[in-house]
Amino acid sequence: MAAIFQGVGAAAPLSSSLSNSFDSNKSVFSPRRSFSVRKRASFAVVRSDGIVNLNPNGRSAQRLVSNAVATKADGPAASSSSKPGHELLLFEALQEGLEEEMERDPRVCVMGEDVGHYGGSYKVTKGLAKRFGDLRVLDTPIAENSFTGMGIGAAMTGLRPVIEGMNMGFLLLAFNQISNNCGMLHYTSGGQFTIPVVIRGPGGVGRQLGAEHSQRLESYFQSIPGIQMVACSTPYNAKGLMKAAIRSENPVILFEHVLLYNLKERIPDEDYICNLEEAEMVRPGEHVTILTYSRMRYHVMQAAKTLVNKGYDPEVIDIRSLKPFDLHTIGNSVKKTHRVLIVEECMRTGGIGASLTAAITENFNDYLDAPIMCLSSQDVPTPYAGTLEEVTVVQPAQIVTAVEQLCQ
Amino acid sequence: MATAFSAAKFTAQPFPLNPASTTSHDSSIVFAKPTSLFLGSTRKLRLTSYSKFNLSRRSGTVDAVSDVVKQKKSKSSPSLLITKEEGLELYEDLVLGRAFEDMCAQMYYRGKMFGFVHLYNGQEAVSTGFIKLLKQQDSVVSTYRDHVHALSKGVPARAVMSELFGKTTGCCRGQGGSMHMFSREHNVLGGFAFIGEGIPVATGAAFTSKYKREVLKEADCDHVTLAFFGDGTCNNGQFFECLNMAALWKLPIVFVVENNLWAIGMSHLRATSDPHIYKKGPAFGMPGIHVDGMDVLKVREVAKEAIGRARRGEGPTLVECETYRFRGHSLADPDELRDPAEKAHYAARDPITALKKYLIENSLASEAELKTIEKKIDEVVEDAVEFADESPVPARSQLLENVFADPKGFGIGPDGRYRCEDPKFTEGTAHV
Repeated sequence: MAAIFQGVGAAAPLSSSLSNSFDSNKSVFSPRRSFSVRKRASFAVVRSDGIVNLNPNGRSAQRLVSNAVATKADGPAASSSSKPGHELLLFEALQEGLEEEMERDPRVCVMGEDVGHYGGSYKVTKGLAKRFGDLRVLDTPIAENSFTGMGIGAAMTGLRPVIEGMNMGFLLLAFNQISNNCGMLHYTSGGQFTIPVVIRGPGGVGRQLGAEHSQRLESYFQSIPGIQMVACSTPYNAKGLMKAAIRSENPVILFEHVLLYNLKERIPDEDYICNLEEAEMVRPGEHVTILTYSRMRYHVMQAAKTLVNKGYDPEVIDIRSLKPFDLHTIGNSVKKTHRVLIVEECMRTGGIGASLTAAITENFNDYLDAPIMCLSSQDVPTPYAGTLEEVTVVQPAQIVTAVEQLCQ
Repeated sequence: MATAFSAAKFTAQPFPLNPASTTSHDSSIVFAKPTSLFLGSTRKLRLTSYSKFNLSRRSGTVDAVSDVVKQKKSKSSPSLLITKEEGLELYEDLVLGRAFEDMCAQMYYRGKMFGFVHLYNGQEAVSTGFIKLLKQQDSVVSTYRDHVHALSKGVPARAVMSELFGKTTGCCRGQGGSMHMFSREHNVLGGFAFIGEGIPVATGAAFTSKYKREVLKEADCDHVTLAFFGDGTCNNGQFFECLNMAALWKLPIVFVVENNLWAIGMSHLRATSDPHIYKKGPAFGMPGIHVDGMDVLKVREVAKEAIGRARRGEGPTLVECETYRFRGHSLADPDELRDPAEKAHYAARDPITALKKYLIENSLASEAELKTIEKKIDEVVEDAVEFADESPVPARSQLLENVFADPKGFGIGPDGRYRCEDPKFTEGTAHV
């Protein structure tokens, strides 16, 4: 059912020239600047732009914006870093991240439908129940609102649950718990209770799964105060975001995509996390800023191939953090290119793109040479028929046309 | 007795309340008279005793019925249910609950607190009967009618009153209000505005207890969780879903139904196909008990067994307490629908009066001692009001605190710094 994407397609030839500079930043103890080591940190934060930061809470004065995508499967870069890294698929990266965190902290547990014996409907929790037991990897009955609430109660009393929605759409049934308890309880209790849960699951438009299994819940959840939302798109950031989400004291909703689980990539062997609040620079450019996330990243990169051939130089940013937005990375880009195109899979109305458009207009209006363009899915329940489904989501040809229009 | 709310008032009922169509599990329920109703008095509801909690361990064969403390018990054995010390403790807690709620009403009408305030008058026996048996590490989860649960669990009256006044010294820094009483120290896990949404949270707390024992190997962890909720909630999906999960995993939890017969203006009988809530326990594989919720001693006996079960790892119990609220649903409720005779009937069964009578008749305490307690409580409540009055209101700077446990969640601003590092954040003037 899932398409197989190798590496990140269009960006591969563009990255090789930058891979050397990327490598030198990859070694763990790069003497780029002085830093203070956090006493409790036992991990290094490898940021999306490749800079290793042993002081993850410190703010960097300067940032090297290089091609920040992790080494591709066909790139030579991997072999020249300190360790060779290993290749895996996105769902395996998620599993690896989850397993490592469960090893590291015995309070981390998983709850959801079919996560235990079945190994997860998309195999993200495969093998974990055998290893950690049926209580730590809990097969729940089909009662989303209640087991999400149960996870929240467990989090309040000391555990760190990872709650899986078999399909993100099912979490609509858990909206009561996610909105009222997950998002608000820390505040209404005056800060007495923390809710360090991770709510994760696959969403997005798949291959003819029908309207109800093709939902994009990020737009529904974005107004809930007190939660963070991130969307993973590569094995590298999937593992990094999973680990960061589990370690975070805030409730985090991690959006995965049904069609991206079989993406293959080589990722580092060493422990790393991806910053939950940062966006990822996929391809630096000069002419236009394209903001995207999750599966649309690949449609954008495919369009980028065509655009480059036509002489355009798009800057592609995977926003990754859907709530809050990384206004620094986005702002820097807008200030450079003065043109913004948002490509998302959300519905047109009230989607992430709508919020992002508002945020950019509010903060960077003076830097824009043209109105922001936003390409979203149509406000249509996703049809079953393949031909119709194809036109409800944004396709690369539309992205090319939009950029051409923007850059006139 | 209780003729006023016999069939006459409820002729509109589309179905008889006689268990004519019951299954074999219910063969033990025998109504004394065909026209007697479930509500009204436990004397009408004759339940044959299945010897206290004669429960098969196998789910599905657990019987619902047992009204544990039979009146004949006290006649047959001279031993009392409580010691003097316990009696005084219970009395004090009952009086605290009542006096506090009465003061809340006064303060509300004087404009010291606002919004929805739901008072517990009349139901004190349930809170006292259950919560006074708990340890500090045990957890309590309640609904919006939570002031007295918090007080029984040990949250100081000052903290609760301040919270109601919306002051920073409140147990939730003034951010929660009447319907959201939380205390980490005393393990009060809320305080929820939507009915039913607290039950999964309680189930989660019970899950943690089991997890600590079995995964984290804290062998002596036997923390129990009590979930309090009303009759209206018993028609809600989360109730049933949690009964299932708790029984499935044998979680150390007791589901306490405070059946006060009314969900705002909706009579329990008009909303529920089978009004016997305790019967729903065995459907999920746990014992279901019905008890007179106006009698603190009866509640306490049932609670002992239910909490004991949970502590021993034998799983959950569903306890239905027949109780009554003397006031309206909230201070905004004109309370016009309830029959005055019904109210009078339950007023005559005031739990405080009942315990007072028991203590004096059994020579456990004198009038003077009880008066001393009442005076002490009056002072505690007065002091709470004074403290709350004098406490400061939250400063603007408090607005953005506690939204996130880790304020990095507000994100990175255009200047590259985390927004929480912006001084406007600590002032509370930043826009998020």
